[in-house]
Amino acid sequence: MVLQSLKNCLWLSCVLRTPKACFWSTASGGLIIQSVSNDVYQNLAVEDWIHDHMDLEKQQVLFLWRNSPAVVVGRHQNPWQECNLRLLRQKNIKLARRRSGGGTVYHDLGNINLTFFTSRKKYERMANLKLIVKALKALRPQLDVHVTDRYDILLDRQYKISGTAAKLGRTSAYHHCTLLCNADKFVLSSVLKSPYKGLKSNATPSVPASVKNLFEEDPSLTSEMLLDAIAKEYAMQHQIDHHINLINPADETLLPGISNKTKELQTWEWVYGKTPKFSVSTCLNMAYKDSVLDVKVNMDVKHGRIEGCHIDLPEQWLPPGLYSELVKSLTGSKFCPNETTSLVTTLLRVCPQDDELHSRWSLLCENMIMLM
Amino acid sequence: VCIHRVRSCSSIHFIKSKYVCVFDKSALKFSHQQRLFRTSAVSCGQIVQFKLSDIGEGITEVTVKEWYIKEGDSVSQFDSICEVQSDKASVTITSRYDGVIRKLHYSIDDIAFVGKPLVDIEIDASKGVAPEEDVVETPPMSHEEHTHQEIKGHKTLATPAVRRLAMENNIKLSEVIGTGKDNRILKEDILNYLAKQTGAILPPSPKAEIVPPLRKTETVPAAPKDKARKIPVPVSRPIAFSGKDKTEPVTGFQKAMVKTMSAALKIPHFGYCDEIDLTQLVQLREELKPLAELRGVKLSFMPFFIKAASLGLLQYPILNASLDENCQNVTYKASHNIGVAMDTEQGLIVPNVKNVQVCSVFDIAVELNRLQSLGSAGQLGTSDLTGGTFTLSNIGTIGGTYAKPVILPPEVAIGALGKIQVLPRFNGKGEVFKAQIMNVSWSADHRIIDGATMARFSNLWKSYLENPASMLLDLK
Repeated sequence: MVLQSLKNCLWLSCVLRTPKACFWSTASGGLIIQSVSNDVYQNLAVEDWIHDHMDLEKQQVLFLWRNSPAVVVGRHQNPWQECNLRLLRQKNIKLARRRSGGGTVYHDLGNINLTFFTSRKKYERMANLKLIVKALKALRPQLDVHVTDRYDILLDRQYKISGTAAKLGRTSAYHHCTLLCNADKFVLSSVLKSPYKGLKSNATPSVPASVKNLFEEDPSLTSEMLLDAIAKEYAMQHQIDHHINLINPADETLLPGISNKTKELQTWEWVYGKTPKFSVSTCLNMAYKDSVLDVKVNMDVKHGRIEGCHIDLPEQWLPPGLYSELVKSLTGSKFCPNETTSLVTTLLRVCPQDDELHSRWSLLCENMIMLM
Repeated sequence: VCIHRVRSCSSIHFIKSKYVCVFDKSALKFSHQQRLFRTSAVSCGQIVQFKLSDIGEGITEVTVKEWYIKEGDSVSQFDSICEVQSDKASVTITSRYDGVIRKLHYSIDDIAFVGKPLVDIEIDASKGVAPEEDVVETPPMSHEEHTHQEIKGHKTLATPAVRRLAMENNIKLSEVIGTGKDNRILKEDILNYLAKQTGAILPPSPKAEIVPPLRKTETVPAAPKDKARKIPVPVSRPIAFSGKDKTEPVTGFQKAMVKTMSAALKIPHFGYCDEIDLTQLVQLREELKPLAELRGVKLSFMPFFIKAASLGLLQYPILNASLDENCQNVTYKASHNIGVAMDTEQGLIVPNVKNVQVCSVFDIAVELNRLQSLGSAGQLGTSDLTGGTFTLSNIGTIGGTYAKPVILPPEVAIGALGKIQVLPRFNGKGEVFKAQIMNVSWSADHRIIDGATMARFSNLWKSYLENPASMLLDLK
């Protein structure tokens, strides 16, 4: 029945020649949807889809979603500056870049995400956050939660339980935020600590904060309870049915074009390539034979690719031809350990087969790769 | 939808009232003359300062984070111009006009102010004042023609998007019947025209726009309203493919492959191929697979191929050697570090199993599992990828029978394994039986390896695999 009215809606909107589609019945002024997927890319793609295709003038949307372990950086941030990429790779934690601004967050199933979609004119973050606080207090009146003027929600006046970000387009806007229910704080703090030194960039920095799970305050709380409470409050404020519609972000019929959006969010060019220009200026301490070499390295990275590279090696430590080959190979390549490994190991194939040379080369390259 | 219409109307009004005075007859005359030369570079358009509009929430300044366009680029109304950030909100600023970007008022990371100019856009005079409205355009003419022809006041109305579509498909707008208001040419009209040319139904455009069927059936059969326009006789005219070539620099894995293969060119290769009857090995593997699984290891055929190769190399060590740059010395490598070519998402990668000469088939299987999972995760280390002395490439998992593999320097030999096929063969008694046949294609460096050596090595390797029990005799 829902599907039929959806088709009619889609049809109507076509004739009127706008690319926006109206989803379900236009009778109500609000819609609550929840994703059945825990894939961060799919869920971010749903946000994109709603932002690009839904007419939010008449109907506002609340989107509820949760992700399996992932780190999400803001639109204009530098992943190398924000998190421990090595640890992410080891632990198979995904890295995503969202389209809204703001800082870096860690998601897992103990964290719930809420997105408030409105028309551009009705964009109002404070009201949304106050709605959440109202819902939390209705659920557990003894909770000491309040909204700060930085759009954070604090528990007990000191612990951050929610961070906010927003995206504004020409006609629509969304404000999304996290809510820590029962996330793994240990993993959170370890992945959000960057080991990379010597990075200089104008990327938006994150503001670290002490966090706490709502579960720690009240062990009877679950993610489901919180989602439900917030949905109820939203329904009340928008005078709509307290009904959560489940959507599948993989459904191309319901959300035409969603798989392309999902794919785009996973590309290297988006996740890493959108990093604002930055430079790496550091010193490698290489233990070689009986001494320790201090090697200064300077690299410029633009669109995630190495634009310029200079390594201050002791003279003749490497044959000069090989050094220039290394720099030439690195220039234009992704600032990525996998790609760099492939390039440097290839270069070894075509240089003199000398054990001493090989061990120096390996030492230098391993240290360089550690920077990425 | 109504809102959309009203909005565009009001924006047109806004522009008209401000700039209509500019477009008097003299301006039109100038652009009229310009049409004769068919150039679009020079135009006497009005430069409009596009100001940063209100962001909301009382915000007065933002940081410019990314430009989507640069000076000299053409933009259409609603194209994204830049991304700005203000206090955790990322805002996409879109163009209000069609035109050419003439000046960017800010650089990346500058603070931009609401109400102050963001970019200067030159609105193209010949395109008219209001975007998304009618655009006056003449039919394309050749250079030679202009001296003999006069403009006949032939107006073709179409929006810039429709004109672009027509241009991409090499369609003269004058030949298309317009079904819109005032005979305006709509996108559906272009699509219809193309469909008529090829007699095909075109697939819908990739964007979410869906062409309503109602309008088409009603208006297409109607006779053209303009008598001067003729319906062209459908001539078999190929549809111009609107795809464009894409050039990108060679980087990363591709660059690595270019380097390796260019170096390999210096090696004079010769090939030697054979077929192996793996019937017995297939059976053996079936028996051993569950045992390996119990130990948590996936057992493929590769560990057998690799171990057999190592046994062969013990007899023919020159295949595990390396020739120096000047071809003066041959170094016989002590370790059998056998490389296994892997196809990953990014491209070809060749990690190697170290010291196969002291590994059991199971050890090799364990190591292969490790390399395979690291390889697919893009996490192979430099030690895994260096030090190889001999390589096997199991291209058969993808397909193929015989191949011509390229030696990876500084090695001197490589083997490519085709797929295992079930084929009829004769046994000793002259009976036909079902055999599991795999082809192997070896390439070797003819500077230090001769055909006989390669053949003997291959025969030995083949004998181990055709009769796996014989491997037991020579296992160290």
